[in-house]
Amino acid sequence: MHLYILRRLLYTVPIIIGVTIVCFSFIHLAPGDPISAVLPENASTELMEEIKAAYGLDKPLPIQYLKWLMHVAGGDFGTSIMTRRSVVSEVLPAVGKTALLAITAITISFALGITLGLLAGFSDRRVTDRSITAFAVVGISVPHYWLGMVLVVIFAVQFQALPATGMGPAGTHVWDFGWKDLSHLVLPALTLAMIPTGVLARSVRAMVAEVRRQEFVQTLKGKGLRRPRIFLHIVKNAAPPILAIMGLQFAQLLGGSILVETVFAWPGTGFLLNAAIATRDLPLLQGTVIVLATFFVLTNLAVDILQTAIDPRVRRT
Amino acid sequence: MPHDPVVEVSDLSVRFVNRDLDLQVVDGVSFSLAAGEVLCLLGESGSGKSVTMRALLRLLPDYARIGGKIRLAGKDVTTMTDRQLEAVRGPVGAMIFQEPMTALDPVFTIGTQISETIVSHEGVSYREARKRSLELLEMVQIPSAERRLDSYPHELSGGLRQRAMIALALSCRPSLLLADEPTTALDATVQIQILLLIRSLQRELGMATIFVTHDIGVACEVADRVSVMYAGRFVETGPVADVIGRPGHPYTAGLLRSTVHAESRGQLLESIPGGPPDLADLPVGCSFGPRCSQHHAACDAGVPAMVPIGEGRMARCLRPLLATAEAA
Repeated sequence: MHLYILRRLLYTVPIIIGVTIVCFSFIHLAPGDPISAVLPENASTELMEEIKAAYGLDKPLPIQYLKWLMHVAGGDFGTSIMTRRSVVSEVLPAVGKTALLAITAITISFALGITLGLLAGFSDRRVTDRSITAFAVVGISVPHYWLGMVLVVIFAVQFQALPATGMGPAGTHVWDFGWKDLSHLVLPALTLAMIPTGVLARSVRAMVAEVRRQEFVQTLKGKGLRRPRIFLHIVKNAAPPILAIMGLQFAQLLGGSILVETVFAWPGTGFLLNAAIATRDLPLLQGTVIVLATFFVLTNLAVDILQTAIDPRVRRT
Repeated sequence: MPHDPVVEVSDLSVRFVNRDLDLQVVDGVSFSLAAGEVLCLLGESGSGKSVTMRALLRLLPDYARIGGKIRLAGKDVTTMTDRQLEAVRGPVGAMIFQEPMTALDPVFTIGTQISETIVSHEGVSYREARKRSLELLEMVQIPSAERRLDSYPHELSGGLRQRAMIALALSCRPSLLLADEPTTALDATVQIQILLLIRSLQRELGMATIFVTHDIGVACEVADRVSVMYAGRFVETGPVADVIGRPGHPYTAGLLRSTVHAESRGQLLESIPGGPPDLADLPVGCSFGPRCSQHHAACDAGVPAMVPIGEGRMARCLRPLLATAEAA
C-alpha cells in the first residue's frame, strides 16, 4: 500500500510535465507574443530583440521549454512578465483565494448533491425521483457564467441583499470571516456549486438505484436487518464510484473557474489564468498550470486510496 | 407446540401488478409442513416456485400482491407490519439463495455479515456474535474458519461461499429453512456436498425445510415430499418416492421422461411438446392441456381441482395416470 502511494506520487511527475508541454505548445500556437503585449506599438526592433534576449524568448522553443523546466525543478518559477513580481508570489495568494471559494462551493454541493441523490435513489415515489432528477439536469446544463449574472441581477441589483463582485469590502487582503466578507462569498459559491450538485445528485441516485436492485439486498432483508443497517450496506456499496466523481469535481473547483471568477471579479487562479492568457504572460501561465495540475493529480490519488479502503475488491499494490 | 405445523399455507396467490402488467404468478397454493419435514417445490423456470417460497417471508417486490393465508410458527405473515416481519426473517424463517456471489454483500466480510444478523436479532455484543459466527462456519465445515471470518465473499470459492451463505441462514436458529436452488450455481462435485450438508444440518437441527429446484435428482436426494408446480399452481403433490416412482399427473410424467437417470442410458430423451406456458395468456381449462398427451374436451371446461389420488397424494388432473394405470 505504501509502495502504491509512492509509485502514484512518482507518476505525478510525468503527468505534470506532459501538461506543461501541452500548455507551452498551445500558447505558442496562438497568435501574439508577450513582448508586443508589454512594449508600446512603436518600440524599435533593437529594443524588442533586447527584451526577447533578456527573457530568453529568442531561443528555439524546445530550448526555452527545457530551460524553464530546469528552473522549475530548482524551485524557481520565474518572474511574471506583466507585473515583474515572482510567479510564486502571484500564484500562491490566488490559490488561497480560489481554495476558499472552492471549499465553500464543494461543501454546499456535496451536502446538497448527496442528500438529493439519496432521496431520489431511496424514494419509491415517482414524483420525488423525477423532480430531483429534473433539478439535477437543469443544474448540470445551466451555463454558470449565465447563472452567476442572473443571481447578481436578482440578489445584488433587485434586492440589494448581497454584493455583486469582489472579495470583501476591505479589498482582497484581509479576511475576517464576518458577514461583510462572507456575504461576498455567497453568490460565487452558489454559482460554482450548481454543476457539482447536479452531477452528484444524478450519480448518487443512479448508483443507489443500481445497488438496491442487486440480489444481496434481498439477503439483507431476508435476514431481518433494520432499515438503517440496510441503508449502510447500500451506501458502502455505492460509495467508491461516487468518491471518484466527488474527487474530480473537487479538483475541478480547486482549479478555479475562469468564467465564474471573472463574472464575480474573484481574484483567484481562474482570474489570474485569464489575465496571464490575455497578456501571453508565459511564466505566470505555466506556473499556474503546474500548480493546478498538481492539485488534480493529488486529489485523484487521495480518491484512489479512499476507494481501496472502502472496496476490498480494489486491491492496489 | 411441536405438533403444530411450522408453515401453513392456504390458497396462497401472488399477482404481479403494475402499470402495464397484471400476472397471476402463483394461484391457489396450499400446503403445510411440520418441524423436520422437507418439502421440495419442483418445476420449470417461471412456474412460480421461487415466488411461492419468497412469499412466505414476504420477500417480494412492491408490485406483488399476496392473497390467501400464510402462517409461520402460528403467526399470520400476510398482515404483519415491517417491524414484525424483520423479527420473523432470520429467527423463524431463513433463506439460502441460488447465487452466493451476488447474494452476499461484496464489501463486508463474511464474519460481519453473519454477526450483524445475530446482533440485530439477539442484541448481543459484536464480540459475542463473532464467536457464534465462528462456530457457525465450523458447523458448515469451512476449513480454517477463523481466517475465513475476515474474508470477503470474492475471496472464497463458490462452494465455500455457499457454505457461508448457509451459516448465515442458520445464524439465528430458524425453525424454517428456505433454499432457493442452492446448488444450481455450483460445480457438479460441489453440488452434492452442499446438498448433503443441508440435509444433515436440517436433520440435526430439526428444521422444516422447503427446497426449490428444477432438478429431480436434487429433489430425490433431499425431500420427504415433493410438490410439482406448473403455471403458478401445484399440479401434483405427494411423498417423493411415490411421485417419482409412479407420477400421477401427465406433466410430472413428462418431466421425468425428459430427465437423465440410470435407466435412460442409450435411449433418446423425450421432451414435453410445446413451450412453457405464457402466464399472461393461460388457457381457460387445465393450463397443461395444450401440451398434454391425455388431453380431451373436458379438460378445457375449467381448471381441474386437486383430487386425492392415493395415500397422501393429490393431483390436479381429471384423468390422473394412476387411475388409468389401475384401470388397465
